[in-house]
Amino acid sequence: MPRAGAAKRLRRDGAAILGMLVLVAALGAALLAPVLSPGDPVKNDLLGRLSPPMWLDGGDRAHPLGTDTLGRDVLSRLLHGARVSLWIGLTAVMMAAILGVPIGLWTGYRGGWPDDLFMRLGDIQLAFPVLLLGIALLAVLGASLVNLILVLGVSGWITYARIVRGETLSLKERGFVEAARALGAPDRYLIFRHILPNVWAPIVVVATFSIARVIIAEASLSFLGLGLPPPAPSWGAMLDEGRNYLTTGWWLALFPGLAILLVVLGINLVGDWLRDLLDPRLERGI
Amino acid sequence: MPRFLVRRLLHTLFVVWGVVTAVFFLVRLTGDPTALLVDPSATQAEIAHTRHLLGLDRPWHVQYVDFLFAMLRGDFGQSIQLRRPAMQLVLEHLWPATVELAVAATVLSTLLAIPLGIVAATHQNRAPDHLSRLASLLLQSMPSFWLGLVLILVFAVQLNGLLPAYGAGTWRHLILPAVTLAAAPLAQNVRLLRAGLLDVLPQDYIRTARAKGLPERLILYRHAIWNTAIPFLTVTGLSVGFMLSGAIVIETVFSWPGLGRLIVQAIPGRDFPVIQAGVFVFALIFVLVNLAVDLLYAVVDPRVRLS
Repeated sequence: MPRAGAAKRLRRDGAAILGMLVLVAALGAALLAPVLSPGDPVKNDLLGRLSPPMWLDGGDRAHPLGTDTLGRDVLSRLLHGARVSLWIGLTAVMMAAILGVPIGLWTGYRGGWPDDLFMRLGDIQLAFPVLLLGIALLAVLGASLVNLILVLGVSGWITYARIVRGETLSLKERGFVEAARALGAPDRYLIFRHILPNVWAPIVVVATFSIARVIIAEASLSFLGLGLPPPAPSWGAMLDEGRNYLTTGWWLALFPGLAILLVVLGINLVGDWLRDLLDPRLERGI
Repeated sequence: MPRFLVRRLLHTLFVVWGVVTAVFFLVRLTGDPTALLVDPSATQAEIAHTRHLLGLDRPWHVQYVDFLFAMLRGDFGQSIQLRRPAMQLVLEHLWPATVELAVAATVLSTLLAIPLGIVAATHQNRAPDHLSRLASLLLQSMPSFWLGLVLILVFAVQLNGLLPAYGAGTWRHLILPAVTLAAAPLAQNVRLLRAGLLDVLPQDYIRTARAKGLPERLILYRHAIWNTAIPFLTVTGLSVGFMLSGAIVIETVFSWPGLGRLIVQAIPGRDFPVIQAGVFVFALIFVLVNLAVDLLYAVVDPRVRLS
C-alpha cells in the first residue's frame, strides 16, 4: 500500500485528536463527577419527576438534562455513570490481558498439550454467545461491580491469548531469538527479553478496542437487568429504566446512549490511530 | 479434502460438546429450580418430592451422563416451567422468528453494502467516501439496543405508530428489529468492500477490462467485486456470532418472540432443559456457519487448498 499523503495523514490524525479530546473529556467527567454534578445522582425527588431538559417547556435550570422517574438528576447520573463505565472498561480489559498474555506466551512458546488444551477451551468459549455467558455467570455469582468486572475480564482472555500465541510462534523461530538461544539464554530470558517486547504493539491496539467492546457489553448486561444493582448510576441501567418511558420521557433513553456512543467513538478513533502508528502490519479492520 | 472435512467435523462436535457441558454445570450452579416452582407454603417433603420428580436430587455426574445419552437420542428433556419438550420449544422460537430476523438482517447488511461500498471506493476521499466513513464509525460505536430504542422513538412514537414498536406477525413488525440488527454489520461490510475494491481496482485485469471497452458497471459488478469476496466471507461468518448475540438483546428490546428472548427468560426461571437446548442450538449454528465459510473459501478462490 502506498504511504498515505501528508493531507491524508493529517486528516487521520485530526480524527485521532478528536477521539482523544472526547476521551479526556470523559475521563475528566468521571474524575470530577462529584464537583460537576448539579445534583445528587441517587437522591429521589418524587415531586420533580420526569422534568424535561431545561431548553424545553417545563424544563428546570437546576436539572439541565431533566430528571428521571424518581426525580433524580439525569446529568448527575450520567457523570457518575462515566465512572462506572470507564472503570469497568479499564479494569476488565486489564484483567483479560493479564490472563491472556501469559497464556499466549506459554502456549506459543511451548506448544504441546497446554497449547491444545487452551486453544480448544478458547474455541468452546468463542462458540458461546458472549452475552449468554455473561448472563449465566452473573446469575451464578450475583450482580455487583466486582462480579461484572470478573465476568467481562475473564471472558476476554482468549483474544489476547490467540494474538500473543500467534506472534510468539513466529518470533521464536526468528534469527535474533535463535541466536540468543544458541548463546545459552534460558527460556525465561528469551520470553521476557526478546518475545514479550515484540508483542506489545498488537496487545495495546487490541486492548484499546476491547475497552469499547467491554463498555458496550456492560451496558447490554445492565440493560438486561444483570448489571449493577440500583440505584447505582450505570449507563446501561439508565437505558433499561428509560425504555419504558419512551413516550413520556424520551430523554431518559436518549442521553445515556449518546454518552456511550461518544466514549466508544472516541476509543475507536484513538484505536485506529494507535493501530496505524504501532502496528502497520495489522490489517485495517475499517 | 475428505480428511480436512472429517477433522473439521470432529472439531465441531468437540466444540458443541464443550459448550453443552459448560452450560450443563453453569446452570446448576445458579441454584435449584424447585424453589421457584413449588408453592411458598410447601413443606420440605413436598419440595423434596418435586425435586425427585425433576430428577434433580441425583448427583450431578449421574444427571450429566443421563443428559449426554438423552441428547444423543435428540431428547433434551421437558421444560420445567412450561412442561413441554425443551427442544420443541427452542425450535418453535428459532423458526420462524429468530431465523426471519437473522436472515432479514443478513440480507439487508449484505445487499445494501454492495452499492454503498462501490460508491465509497469509486469516490475515494471525496464527499460520499467521507460520509460513509463517518456513518460507519457512528453505527459501529453505538450499542445496537440503543439504536433500537431510538428507532422506536422516531418511527413508533414521534411518527405516531408509522411502524409497530413491539411484537411480531407482519412484515411491518420485522422492519425495525431487522434494521437495528443489520446496522453494525452493514457499516463493517461497507468499509470492507471499499478497502477490497481499492486493492482490486488498480490491478491489470481491471485495466484490461476497461481497455476493451467494458462499461464501468460491468467491470465493477462482474470483475472487481468477486475478488473482494474472501474478507467479506470471513466477516460474514463472524457476524453470525454477532447476530446471535445481538438477537438476544434486540429480541428483548422489540419483544420479538425468538430464541434469544426465550433463553433470557429461561435463565431467571432456572429452566435448565430450555437453556441447555437453546445454547446447544446457538452453538451448533455458530460452528456450522464457520465451517461452511471455511469450505466456501475454496469455492470462491480456487487457489485455496483445504488442508
